[in-house]
Amino acid sequence: MNERQTSDVRWVQLVERVRSGRDQRAFAELFGHFAPRVKAFLMKSGADASLAEECAQEVMATVWHKAHLFDPERASVATWVFTIARNRRIDALRKQRRPEPEDLPWGPEHEPDQSETIALQQESEQLGRALAALPDNQRMLIERAYFGELSHSEIAAETGLPLGTIKSRIRLALERLRHEMK
Amino acid sequence: MKKTMTTTIKHHLTDDLLMAYAAGNLPEAFSLVVATHVSLCDECRARLMEYEAVGGAVLDDAPECAMAEDSFAATMRLIDGMPADERIETSAMVRHDGNAVFPQPLRDYVGGDAEAVRWKSLGGRIRQAVLPTSKEASVRLLYIPAGMAMPDHGHKGMELTMVLQGAFEDDEGLYARGDVEVANEEMEHTPVAAPGPDCICLVATDAPLKFSGLLPRIAQPFIGI
Ligand SMILES: [Zn+2]
Repeated sequence: MNERQTSDVRWVQLVERVRSGRDQRAFAELFGHFAPRVKAFLMKSGADASLAEECAQEVMATVWHKAHLFDPERASVATWVFTIARNRRIDALRKQRRPEPEDLPWGPEHEPDQSETIALQQESEQLGRALAALPDNQRMLIERAYFGELSHSEIAAETGLPLGTIKSRIRLALERLRHEMK
Repeated sequence: MKKTMTTTIKHHLTDDLLMAYAAGNLPEAFSLVVATHVSLCDECRARLMEYEAVGGAVLDDAPECAMAEDSFAATMRLIDGMPADERIETSAMVRHDGNAVFPQPLRDYVGGDAEAVRWKSLGGRIRQAVLPTSKEASVRLLYIPAGMAMPDHGHKGMELTMVLQGAFEDDEGLYARGDVEVANEEMEHTPVAAPGPDCICLVATDAPLKFSGLLPRIAQPFIGI
């Protein structure tokens, strides 16, 4: 087992400890991993260092307060943190509201099923490995679409690639990701 | 038990839209249509979760940017100073209402369900209500009595039309509750509201807003979205 294979399940356990025991040591470990990545994510989206620092702290504070809403059957901790950071970015940088879909009627308060949790976390680890294994140009386009706050047409303008090429490359990359995960 | 949603939806969101929404790069007006559709569509909800998972993998793989020296302590102080908001999120589930015409994200913008919309007449019993969003794109509700046509309209840019009640039909097919039509610049279409209940749609467009309440109605084109 490599490091990746164990880490996603580990993050789930740490969030569980924050949720049930307000465990500061568990939170510190999550903070050490995710806060610097969230800060980098916000800076790539156009925030200056001090705004990115401030927002990354707020994102991590939200992780603490909303730990009870994390559902390990639906998402990895990285995905959950990503959605919190993304929403903070929309609010702080784009100054917009973020309409969210209605929650599923059964809501997040049911007890997570252990085997479904492990299956989801394994899938997410596979996704991470598949992403890392993509050819550089495809991986970079995906990263820019998520990170750089660039639309496809803005990526096209910056890379000089026609819009159709960008779209088909992103689609190709995502198809490869899905294939790898099967 | 996972309660499944309606499975009759035939026209779904594109990958481009779902990915841009997952990445947080859609204008608010389009995001509202995506959130409203996903509220009714398990298939697009599952696809959205895949795109969010890609975002998670990208974040996890990201380079790090060192936090400030006292960052952790500052965050713990922030946590102590924040009100415990455990109750806030669960209110979303209390508000879930299986009988509502409008899913919750749309109710949030309208301030209630279909009966709360403050319609303005466009003439010929067609009505609209523009919803407040950021300026880069606009979104409105349209009310088209059964059997009536929306006059021909081409559009600048992209237009998303989602049906909430009744149905409409054009060259591309029949669109019923939950269905989304994604139209681009090249497309000229003449939607007609199908027989049955009057049609209510949510329409987002990145073309300029043509029906401002400041213009005298007589000076406005009959319908110009
Ligand atoms: Zn759908």
